[in-house]
Formats: sequence, C-alpha cells, structure tokens
Amino acid sequence: MAQQPPAQPTLQDDLRRLEEIVRRLEAEDADLDVALALFEEGVVRLRAARERLAEAEARVKQVVEQADGTLGLVDLEG
Amino acid sequence: MTLPSLFGDGELPEAWSVAQVNRHAKNAVEGIFREPLWVHGELVEFKAWRSGHWYFTLRDADASLRCVLWKQQAAGVLVRLGAAPSDGMEVLVRGRPTLWEERGEYRLTASDIVPTAVIGAKALELERVRAALQADGLLDPTRKRPLPPLARRIAVVTSPDGAALRDIIIVTRNRWCAVELVVVGAQVQGEGAVASLVRALGLVNRIPDLDACIIGRGGGAKEDLAAFNAEPVCRALAAVRVPTISAVGHETDISLSDLVADVRAATPSAAAELAVPDRTALVHRVDGFGVRLAAGLRRRTRVAEERLARTGDRLQGALGRLIEERRSRVERAAAQLDALSPLRVLARGYSVAQDDDGRVLSHAADFPSGRRFRLRVSDGSVPARAE
Repeated sequence: MAQQPPAQPTLQDDLRRLEEIVRRLEAEDADLDVALALFEEGVVRLRAARERLAEAEARVKQVVEQADGTLGLVDLEG
Repeated sequence: MTLPSLFGDGELPEAWSVAQVNRHAKNAVEGIFREPLWVHGELVEFKAWRSGHWYFTLRDADASLRCVLWKQQAAGVLVRLGAAPSDGMEVLVRGRPTLWEERGEYRLTASDIVPTAVIGAKALELERVRAALQADGLLDPTRKRPLPPLARRIAVVTSPDGAALRDIIIVTRNRWCAVELVVVGAQVQGEGAVASLVRALGLVNRIPDLDACIIGRGGGAKEDLAAFNAEPVCRALAAVRVPTISAVGHETDISLSDLVADVRAATPSAAAELAVPDRTALVHRVDGFGVRLAAGLRRRTRVAEERLARTGDRLQGALGRLIEERRSRVERAAAQLDALSPLRVLARGYSVAQDDDGRVLSHAADFPSGRRFRLRVSDGSVPARAE
C-alpha cells in the first residue's frame, strides 16, 4: 500500500495538542494574541476529536493471501 | 417391607436393595472426588477393546486401581502418543474415581495418559528453548515496547473460529468500535500449528498501518498450548515490527510467547482491553479539555479586556485599528465560549476558515484578495475565495 499523502492529524495528535494548548492557556503569562490563537486551534481540534469519537462502525477483517502473493483484507462475519 | 421371614417371628431388619447400596457408594465416592486428579503409577493389564475403549490397571508398590478410558479420549491419546501405551510404562493418568452402579465396580474414569518420560522430555525442551531465547536477548525486559495509546488497526493471530477471537471482538465492540481488527487466521494446536503460527506472524509484518498485534488462544489442555512454547513461534513473534500482546489460555497458563511478547495478557479478553482504547474514557478526557479551554480563555480575556479598556482610551488614535481588531477577536472568542457551553453545540452555525494544510486563517492579512481557502462548517467544508 502506498504512503498516505499529507496525513490528517490522528485522534492521538489532536489529544496531544489539546493537552498542550490547555496547559499553555492555563499559564498566566500567555499573550492575548497567542491565547486567542491557541483557543481557536483548540476549538477546531476539539471538534475533530469529537467527530472521531463518534465513528461507530465496527470493522473486523481477515487477511487473505492472494495468488500473486499480495495481501488482501476481506470483511469477516463476526 | 414384605420379605419371607428368615429371622423367626421377630421384626425384620431394615434391608437395602443392591442398587441402593451402589447408588450411595457412588454418591460417596464421586462426592469426594469432584475434580479430576493426576494419578502416578505403572500401567499394567492394558487392553484396547474393539469398541475403542481402553481398560488398564494403575499400580504402585502398595495398591492397584482399575481404570477405563472411553474411546473418544482414547483416540486423542493415541494420536498424541503415536502408539497405544504398553504394560510396564510409568505414566500419569488424569481422571476421576467413579463407581459403576450396575456392577458395583469402583474405577478411575480416565481422560488422559501421559508417560512420565514424555513429561521429562517436554520439560527439557521447554528449558532449552527458554535458554536459547534468553541467550539472544529476546526475553530482555529492556526490549519491551509500550503499547500505542490509541491503536487504530490491530492484528489478531488466532484461530478464526475459536473462543479467543469471539472474546476479543466482544471486548473491542464494548470499548471502541472504530478500531479495526485484522484477523490473521492460524491453526493454534495440533500438528502443523507451529508452521501455521509462524506463517501468520510473517503476514502480520506485511499488513500496512498496523499499530499492535495480539497473538493467542483460549484455554485448553497443556499440550494444546504447546505451539506457543515452540522456538520458531517465539522468534517470529519477536520479529513482529509492532508492539505485541500474548494471551494464551487461562490466567494460570504462562507460555514462552508470553515472555517474548511486549505485554502478556492473562486472557484474550484482557488483551483486547489493553490494546483497544476505551471510548468512554476518551470522551471524558475530551470534555475535560473543552472545559479547561473555555475557562483558560475566559480568564485570559477578562484580564485583556481590562487592560484594553485602560489603554484604549490613551492610545485610541494611533492604535485604534489594532485595538479594534483585537476587540473583535475577543468578541469572536466570546462567541466561541458560548458555543463551548454546553460543549456539544460547537457545530451550531460556526465556521472556521482554513488553508489547504488545515491551518486556521484568523487574521485579515491571511485573506489577500483572490485567496482561495476552505470554510469549515458543521457538516463539512466548502471552498471559498476572498473578494
């Protein structure tokens, strides 16, 4: 499988960044411009995180080795 | 009771029927031995009947015990030993003392026979493999990799129709459905299991975007777990490029694969709990961020508003535009604060301008005339252009 082009931030990225944003926002010395920018980014990341958490489809796949030696994934009844 | 009088005219003694005696004896014997035992002795008087049942006697210096092994278990033992046991063999027999009511015969109903020579050989082999793995550093605690906190794709090497897979799927669905499980089917016991597991672990390394790998099976007899002690399986497991969890059998079973894996789980269900993030906990965490974000900015803007009010009067002329811009950002942020509380209505009519890399465009300077950008709205994003 080819490398994914510019990866969207993962939930893990979002959570890590939110932790950082919240810490900096809670620090008293944050400049207002910085604080606003952090907050705005935080809102976007928060929404992205919520969207990801709302994904609900369970996926169970099974690996099959194809005749040409490549791997395929097929849905597994489960 | 109306029995012919053998005792003269006197009262008849209370008599038991034979069946009653045997029934009581059976209950007594089987009541004492509720769990199967391992009995050590010399196997003699072995007889395999055409029906497939095996009869034999176990004896030691002091006593002997009749044993029966029903044909289904006998067939399994025959496969494992490669030949029927012969008289004089020193063995361990697993079974429960029972009493056959019809004949009043007491005997051990066996489920397994293991020659002690085999046990000795198995223990030696296990130790040899363990020492070899240790010598190559594969059991070294510093080698252990941590599990990813938020795995998205997890390989599961196990029997496609075993209890282990069923348990793992159930736990995964209860915790977080958005994880993808990729089942790599393998034979987990019997002849061919080692080769099958090694092949499956090789396939795991070819699955793209994988975060973790669970290898395991449900509980079974010791011999059924043997493949997880095999050297090729342990080495293939050590070569898996993502963090591994080994979950073989029940809590009390420890296999060499458990020692080689990055993490040992007591059961397949426990493995899934370790590997799959818990959505409920994540939602709590995200909610917490929302609250802290709002509180952090609220405090910060209050301070800034006071300062603006003070300096605004003095600097109105020169810095009017800058202050106005800041004020409008504060107002925008205040609107976002409202949207944050309650947190779930973030999406209500709110939109964010972003460039192609997803960076938020929040300054007028970000919008030269003709600039293309994307406007993120509640259910997606729309292309837009600055006039």
